[in-house]
Amino acid sequence: MIPVCPLADLPTGESVRIDTAPPIAVFHADGQLYAIDDTCTHQDASLSDGWLEGCLVECPLHAASFDLRTGAATCLPARRAVRTHPVTVDNGMIYVHHAAEEGNAA
Amino acid sequence: MKSVAVIGASLAGLYAARALRSQGFDGRLVIVGDECHGPYDRPPLSKDFLTGATADQGQLALADAEEIAELDAEWLLGTRATGLDTGGRTVLLDGGRSLTTDGLVIATGATPRLLPGPAPAGAHTLRTLDDAQALRAELASGPVRVVVIGGGFIGAEVASSCAALGHDVTVVEAAPLPLVPQLGDTMAGICSALHADHGVTLLTGAGVARLHSGGTENRVTGVELADGRLLPAEVVVIGIGVRPHTAWLADSGLPLDDGVLCDAGCATPLPAVVAVGDVARVNGTRAEHWTNATEQAAVAARNLLAGSTVATHRSLPYFWSDQYGVRIQFAGRRLPTDTPRLVEGSPDDRSFLACYERDGRTTAVLALNRPRPFMRLRRELARATQPAGT
Repeated sequence: MIPVCPLADLPTGESVRIDTAPPIAVFHADGQLYAIDDTCTHQDASLSDGWLEGCLVECPLHAASFDLRTGAATCLPARRAVRTHPVTVDNGMIYVHHAAEEGNAA
Repeated sequence: MKSVAVIGASLAGLYAARALRSQGFDGRLVIVGDECHGPYDRPPLSKDFLTGATADQGQLALADAEEIAELDAEWLLGTRATGLDTGGRTVLLDGGRSLTTDGLVIATGATPRLLPGPAPAGAHTLRTLDDAQALRAELASGPVRVVVIGGGFIGAEVASSCAALGHDVTVVEAAPLPLVPQLGDTMAGICSALHADHGVTLLTGAGVARLHSGGTENRVTGVELADGRLLPAEVVVIGIGVRPHTAWLADSGLPLDDGVLCDAGCATPLPAVVAVGDVARVNGTRAEHWTNATEQAAVAARNLLAGSTVATHRSLPYFWSDQYGVRIQFAGRRLPTDTPRLVEGSPDDRSFLACYERDGRTTAVLALNRPRPFMRLRRELARATQPAGT
């Protein structure tokens, strides 16, 4: 479980990158929090710098698009999905549960 | 239209093939590529692929096996187009073969400009995957002196990659300052300063007289400048631009002038022949940019299938470059008289956003390591350029 930032610091439409390995991007979109791997699967670009529209984020380099809910690539040039990670809020603090940790625990 | 040939199996050719299929073309589709590789992405070749950060060439593939299967195309790779008949129906291929189809997409790209005379061993250009592999292999054998001829984006990216690998790098630029045509004096000066930040020597106003070479392998030993200076080098990279690959079209009847001349819908004067990507001069403009190639392909496919120019697209020029850990992004159409204005950040930090202005209006935007505000301004510019509904 990785602390991200206070919920109050991440208003709707904003995103934050956390320097895990690999880095994770946390988005506050349409009243929901989402976490996905930060690096575009097409080429090295940070999706936390991307353009957020509804539940889709557009890569700032080549306009590939990903669905925050599933991680699926919704438009070329990206073809592979990014991983999604569960997000919770506890006592006003945002936490990301690294998807790999869950796998290890199982 | 029952059959279409796409000549060129790189970015523009693949995107044209995709667009034909997604727009409903279900006939015979033949894709001819002169390299033996399937479509791959070129931008990493001068960056992560050269440094080895992207070691596997499979990561460069533009289409996976599933998509290749879905495209349902006949691939003629390792096959060079050598001519086109004046009707635009029959493409001549090397080895005496030919290919006759109802429609043709010309996507043959561009080839690097060379120095006069034969190139000695150790002198490289960087355009193809094979070029990049050859250069990478030479750079892997320990620190060498590298001279990069040409300070444009490819030259600067190669210099950056070579410096990251620990080589001693000198960039030779014939103009008083590199990148001025793209960025203007002020911003070109800031970007060119990245070389010195990372211990790379930039020699400007320096024309190249010839390469020196010797030994049993006739390997390059140095670069002689027009003023007589000799720069010793074990590896030389020539990055002095490209020329559109139109030689095979010389007798086709197509109008050629630094590219295949097309209307705003990528259509040539020959019926059912369109051109896309680096080889196409569309409505008077030829662009060598990644995004341009992908956007033209959809327009060209639509017009080819319609049999006339029913769609045009004036996209906002966009290019990027990664050098020395700095991401440079530019979008828009600037004139030399447009004035850059710093919007945020600082050139000293190599992180800033600047707008080029003309009569109080923004014509272009440049960012160093500011992808987020850059994208916002790029979208605003694109909206202003392209009226809604077109």
